[in-house]
Amino acid sequence: MQVYLDNNATTMCDPQVVEAMQPFFSELYGNPSSLHKFGTATHPYLKKAIDQVYTALNASDDDDIIFTSCATESNNWVLKSVFNDLIVGGDKDHIITTEVEHPSVLSACRWLEEQGVKVTYLPVNDQGIVEPHTVKSFITDKTALVSVMWASNETGMIFPIKEIGEICKEKGVLFHSDGVQAVGKIPVDLQDVHVDFVSMSAHKFHGPKGIGALYIKNSQPLSPLLHGGEQMGHRRSGTLNVPYIVGMGKAIELATTNMEEKMASIRAKRDRLEDALLELSDTFVVGSRENRTPNTILISIRGVEGEGMLWDLNNAMIGASTGSACASEDLEANTVMLAIGADNELAHTGIRLSLSRFTTDEEIDYTIEQFKKAVARLRAISSSFAKVQPTPGGEAGECHIPHHMAH
Amino acid sequence: MAKDDLLGASLWDAYSNKVTTLMNNPQHQGEITPEEAEAHGNKLIVADFGAESCGDAVRLYWEVDPKTDVIVNSKFKSFGCGTAIASSDVMTELCIGKKVQEAVKITNIDVEKALRDDPDTPAVPPQKMHCSVMAYDVIKKAASLYLGVDEESFEEDIIVCECARVSLGTIQEVIKLNDLKTVEEITDYTKAGGFCKSCIKPGGHEDREYYLVDILAQTRKEMDEEKMKAAADAAAAGQEKFEDMTLVQQIKAVDAIIDENVRQFLVMDGGDMEIIDIKKNDDYIDIYIRYLGACNGCASSATGTLYAIESTLKEKLSPNIRVLPI
Repeated sequence: MQVYLDNNATTMCDPQVVEAMQPFFSELYGNPSSLHKFGTATHPYLKKAIDQVYTALNASDDDDIIFTSCATESNNWVLKSVFNDLIVGGDKDHIITTEVEHPSVLSACRWLEEQGVKVTYLPVNDQGIVEPHTVKSFITDKTALVSVMWASNETGMIFPIKEIGEICKEKGVLFHSDGVQAVGKIPVDLQDVHVDFVSMSAHKFHGPKGIGALYIKNSQPLSPLLHGGEQMGHRRSGTLNVPYIVGMGKAIELATTNMEEKMASIRAKRDRLEDALLELSDTFVVGSRENRTPNTILISIRGVEGEGMLWDLNNAMIGASTGSACASEDLEANTVMLAIGADNELAHTGIRLSLSRFTTDEEIDYTIEQFKKAVARLRAISSSFAKVQPTPGGEAGECHIPHHMAH
Repeated sequence: MAKDDLLGASLWDAYSNKVTTLMNNPQHQGEITPEEAEAHGNKLIVADFGAESCGDAVRLYWEVDPKTDVIVNSKFKSFGCGTAIASSDVMTELCIGKKVQEAVKITNIDVEKALRDDPDTPAVPPQKMHCSVMAYDVIKKAASLYLGVDEESFEEDIIVCECARVSLGTIQEVIKLNDLKTVEEITDYTKAGGFCKSCIKPGGHEDREYYLVDILAQTRKEMDEEKMKAAADAAAAGQEKFEDMTLVQQIKAVDAIIDENVRQFLVMDGGDMEIIDIKKNDDYIDIYIRYLGACNGCASSATGTLYAIESTLKEKLSPNIRVLPI
């Protein structure tokens, strides 16, 4: 058996999505910008896909939802265009974000800092979320934008977007949310919250990779990132990726139809897996279940280093993820693990399991069995569970890892 | 950056088969109890290095025959990733059968080489070298406990890069001999800084006592000082070429020649000159001057006078000199 439990990284494309995309590679391959029938024949399908996305998110017809190549592009677009429009071309100089954003927000913010922008990186609480009053306390007259993720890719914790949106509205500051881990996983009603920009990505909800979108409230002015043929109402140039737009429309429709039912089913499996894993001694899960996306578990297993655990799971044909420093290219501990600060060891022992609507009960059973087997093997090797104590004077010296990495 | 760099390789693809095999089935993981060692009439040494909160921790067990100082058995326990477990396993393998005094000579380089499938292919990707460094550190600790000496006594050199075991002396020497100007060049010449990168500058994976950026800056400073001293000594001995002088020395030399050969003629006509700057310009050395008093605006200042100044300086100091009035 092989089990894929890394659905926060990417998801399988739903076969119904693949089927919906098929004709646009071979039969309806025209460029929508063309005047002839080959081009215009695609228009009804594009309109349908746009409708599917607007409906799924309850967006108003006055809003713009612009298809992009991915959420990284959407995030960069917001940050860089706000910089151009309000900071270079205005009197603002400040952006607020969080310590736990996706690299596409954090790296873009670091680049903006190099351009002279002041960026505040807000800390998270022990639940891994930013509290609204923290956001409020950092907003000044010079703040151009607040960018706070809707849900965390690492922990699944859902941020208080509605409250933060109200604060931004009251203060007259633009509000962007990276909605990648929320759209298609939990209800997102864009008329219920005040948010100016929302990024999303189709491959996180069983759509294809290489297509995302940016929601722009009430057609907010936001200068284009890509110039060219002025597609998408002059907001984003580039030949419309018809098969992928159709695929994203279908994927978001499937994800949000009977969503409560789908969420309940995923949640039940997730809770069963989580309960079983927490039976192991010296383990803890980050964040309350009530305020977490229904598919995510971030579990710390004392004495078992994350990459080692991933190795054993991989040998058992189970795909998961770790924020462990040892598994990263630069040996940097995962910023989210460090930011939560719940436990020194979390930065090295965190395993993320993320389910999807395709995860089966049999897969959960198998994962529980293999997970426990791996923990038993690695704890047998682990110095954390050794019984014979060091010779006097043979105890470990000071930690050789800098404070900023090891907490 | 090139075609092969476009897709980053998977971390695990860079592990040797030996690393994979030992991670899956370490041969020497386990514990030696005081009772076991005592039953064999041997001494038990147990040493720790690292901590779970650091991300790496290893506990090394040695059963040593006190009559011969030979490590008759060795085990390990490791909190760590695949390469940490495999490195610990090889480390214990290398210790068994050696005298403590020999075992302490085992370095991380030996551990990493023992993990290779073939001698020319590294067993682990660069950033994973620090796992084998832990093995070296814990061996030193165990040996210091057995022999009752300080761990530092095993280290003859100051090691700057633990991964490649490059000493401070080697790095300083290579910088000076090859006139190295960047950290990348140091890495190319010595491999220091090419692995976990902690020794390059503060803020890396581990805190270090010495960093390549500081060593480079300090060594370059020493080189400059040595160069200036050599120039001053040569100048004092009257042997230095004008081209090799420092800027200050060049200005002084030019001033001295002007004073001796030119200035009195300018002053006689109610004029004078001063040196503004000296710049190297490809093969030429350009001396910028300004005329003062009656010389300023005099027709001869751009012809005869200028020729006299330039030819004197060419003859006395260097044929590459050009004099440029501003």
